Amino acid sequence: MFQYIIRRILIAIPVLFGVTVFTFFVINMAPGNPVDMYVNPSATPQQIALAKEQLGLNDPLWVQYGHWLGQLFQGNLGFSYSTREPVTSMLIERLGPTLLLMGTSLIVAYLIAIPLGILSATRQYSWIDYLTTGFSFLGVSIPHFFLGLGAIYIFASKLELLPTGGMNTLGGTTGFGDTFFHMILPVLVLATGIAGNMVRYVRSSMIDVLGKDYLRTARAKGLRNFIVTNKHALRNALIPIITIIGMDIPLLIGGAVVTEQVFQWPGLGQLTIQSIGSRDYSALMALNLIAAIAVLVSNLLTDVVYSIVDPRIKYE
Amino acid sequence: MSLPNINEPLTKQSLESKTLVMEELGKEESYLRLVTRRFFKHKLAVAGLIVFTLIILMDIFAQVIAPHHPNAVSDTFEAAPSADHLLGTDQVGRDVFSRLVYASRVSITVGLGAVAIYVAIGTVLGALAGYFGKWVDNIIMRVTDVFMSFPYLMVILVLVSVIGPNLFNITLVLGILGWPQVARLVRGSVLSIKEMDYVKAGVALGYSTPKIIFQHILPNAFAPILVNATFGVASAIIMEASLSFLGMGVRPPAASWGNMLTQAQSLTVLSSQPWLWIPPGLMILLSVLSINFIGDGLRDALESNQSR
Amino acid sequence: MSPKIKEKQKPLLEVVNLKKYYPIKKGIISKTVGHVKAVDGISFSVYPGETMGLVGESGCGKSTTGRSIVRLDDPTDGDVIFQNKNLANLSKNEMRKLRTDLQIIFQDPYSSLNPRKRIGDLLAEPLRAHKLAEGEEIERKVNNILEIVGLTKYHKSRYPHEFSGGQRQRIGIARALILNPKLIICDEPVSALDVSIQAQVLNLLKDLQKEFNLTYVFIAHGLGAVKYISDRITVMYLGKIVEIAPTEEIFNQPRHPYTKILLSAYPVPNPHMRNREQIVVEGDVPSPANPPKGCAFHTRCPFAQPICREKTPPLDGENHQVACHFPLT
Repeated sequence: MFQYIIRRILIAIPVLFGVTVFTFFVINMAPGNPVDMYVNPSATPQQIALAKEQLGLNDPLWVQYGHWLGQLFQGNLGFSYSTREPVTSMLIERLGPTLLLMGTSLIVAYLIAIPLGILSATRQYSWIDYLTTGFSFLGVSIPHFFLGLGAIYIFASKLELLPTGGMNTLGGTTGFGDTFFHMILPVLVLATGIAGNMVRYVRSSMIDVLGKDYLRTARAKGLRNFIVTNKHALRNALIPIITIIGMDIPLLIGGAVVTEQVFQWPGLGQLTIQSIGSRDYSALMALNLIAAIAVLVSNLLTDVVYSIVDPRIKYE
Repeated sequence: MSLPNINEPLTKQSLESKTLVMEELGKEESYLRLVTRRFFKHKLAVAGLIVFTLIILMDIFAQVIAPHHPNAVSDTFEAAPSADHLLGTDQVGRDVFSRLVYASRVSITVGLGAVAIYVAIGTVLGALAGYFGKWVDNIIMRVTDVFMSFPYLMVILVLVSVIGPNLFNITLVLGILGWPQVARLVRGSVLSIKEMDYVKAGVALGYSTPKIIFQHILPNAFAPILVNATFGVASAIIMEASLSFLGMGVRPPAASWGNMLTQAQSLTVLSSQPWLWIPPGLMILLSVLSINFIGDGLRDALESNQSR
Repeated sequence: MSPKIKEKQKPLLEVVNLKKYYPIKKGIISKTVGHVKAVDGISFSVYPGETMGLVGESGCGKSTTGRSIVRLDDPTDGDVIFQNKNLANLSKNEMRKLRTDLQIIFQDPYSSLNPRKRIGDLLAEPLRAHKLAEGEEIERKVNNILEIVGLTKYHKSRYPHEFSGGQRQRIGIARALILNPKLIICDEPVSALDVSIQAQVLNLLKDLQKEFNLTYVFIAHGLGAVKYISDRITVMYLGKIVEIAPTEEIFNQPRHPYTKILLSAYPVPNPHMRNREQIVVEGDVPSPANPPKGCAFHTRCPFAQPICREKTPPLDGENHQVACHFPLT
């Protein structure tokens, strides 16, 4: 077990290294010149050359990579080319809202998907099953931005029940209630896609387990149906679903970029779009790296949890 | 001792053991017909197929269907739907309906193009990894891990913004980044198929390695690839729409369903001119939904274990 | 010596000290900590026109031996000399050419035929791959081979799933036969079939042997089929050969205790023979990853002596070879 975890971590290291190489070289292939953004527009050629020299942009690419990687190990992600802030502090400032949004969405998605999946598996081919299937197909097929715009149109613009975007009311109170209010729509949008995907897995996994002989035995010995479904079946059905949680993370990150943009949510996703707009390479590299680490860690956690939960897994 | 010649007529004594076993031969039904029959039992899949066919037709006959040139500017802008402009006009006075029709070409091109590219890459890499194993497998799978741990949309955003947002580049980027899942899928299939005796028989019969991989292994790994590719077309369409929406995809004046929604980020457009953004949004939903239904039907038809 | 084998005839196939080890990997960096010795240094010869039976319990290495001979598995060590050529030294291309003479029939007729190919293509493919025939000649050869194995040319357009197990095995035999091979490894060709079909397929194999002067290495775990078809029998235990002898001698005067035990497990149809000597073995087959020292069978042998634990007995004898310190008489 312990050995298995160590091995997984050792495998993740070269992968992470590959991610840094890819990220760095792709971003440095970019045609635009960050210096143009860094110095003020009226700068003389001499000033630009000086700025380039200071930023180390004249060094060969691999030297720049080594420098960047070295700084990375010290937790220094460099300075933003556009705002001149340290990238690390920019990220920390944005990390909270994103985690809040993604975490809540994930929880909401599971709170919707698991009961719906069970319900539709236990009542196969009933109206509720068809409704659930329809919902899940819609959920995975509707683009986040369209759903988001639709939600704003209905709930914010027409019904005027909820705010159109942002995290807090401008100039208003910044309490938890206000944030909660602003979160409803983006969470709804993000959770829909994930729940739609999840429901199908819960349903098929549950149907699979319900057909097993040990459940027939449980019923035959007179256990109540409720206990059979929710205790005996669910526990076994949820095991394969753990894998799906790991697969949801990259999906969630992608969804968050679009959703944050639509709802003007001040998180990492919005920062990504802004950084692309301003060709802020150092911020982009850091953002990509963070997202990649998040994916790697979630994959690792999934595998580890899976191996703990399912005793049949061998560590070879 | 002369070599036996199997083309010689049969001798009498050898005939004795040739009890002709003619008992119940299965009905002659090819695999393809079987799958087709199962697919058409899936009502939603059939509906999806019809809708998707209509969208393809719209794409092919765009010139006939669209009343105006997609980029032609009329004198009325921001006009509400009317007889002349079925879905009104946008801020520059272009006919929304015509743009909608032409934009289907973007979605179909990206969807089919990107998937064709990544299925080709993924199949070859997965087959190599699965068949040769050892260090070949190790290298390919580590690269796959790297690609898989990328947050998909973010890397695509960065890549597209680096090489320039346009239809060709988006297709290329989605194609180049999309292969890891297919590679894993194919590798898994190849790993199990190559242990099958009919592959061993191919080796024993002296077939060349490419022949074994492409004629004996891959055709048997076809079903999961096709299902994955179908769902892949749907996600590529969503991805293009999202990129175009964010301004990192197909850029105006070229019309794409995604970039037609960009303007709806302004609250005025969103609340007072719904004809500008609801139709393209619905078109994305409709095409993606229909493809997902087709994929679901294919999965049921191809991956069911029962033989008939 | 079997009547079929003429004096001083050269063997068609010689297996010399063949070994096939599988590494056991453990730990963080997949260090090799040991080997499963599936086949551990075996030698035997097969003469033209004879059938060599290869028997033993599951896991004794008989199938691995068969697969190593046709190079589906790469042997760890040892030589396989076929028609005076050492297969271990052949290049990939030379090996490919030689495969027309060296074929294999598989155990499971359900997995040995590609489900996506019609029978006609399955049979024509080998001819095309080795450029042995063209155009109409291919057609003729395929029709002919189908008839030889008891099917008809009308079966050509069908897929494997439309046939029964016995029919599929006939197709598998036809596919091996169409290249006109000299030696066919039959890897438990009848054990997956219904008993009633087994006899038909065995008869077919026997007839084909007569007609085309084929040489068989016939692998089986049951003695019934082997007794029926083999001229000589090789008995394997834990990756090693314990006894090689003509079929009659194996059945009438087994010299290795293990052979005797195998025989006593073989049902005899004659009820008067029921009270023959029964030997019951104790314990399980030891793991091939950690085989016992000395004679591999000593842990279960009713006649084991101290020396059996120390020294591995060599395979000794002329026509009747046995690897035992105290062979039965």
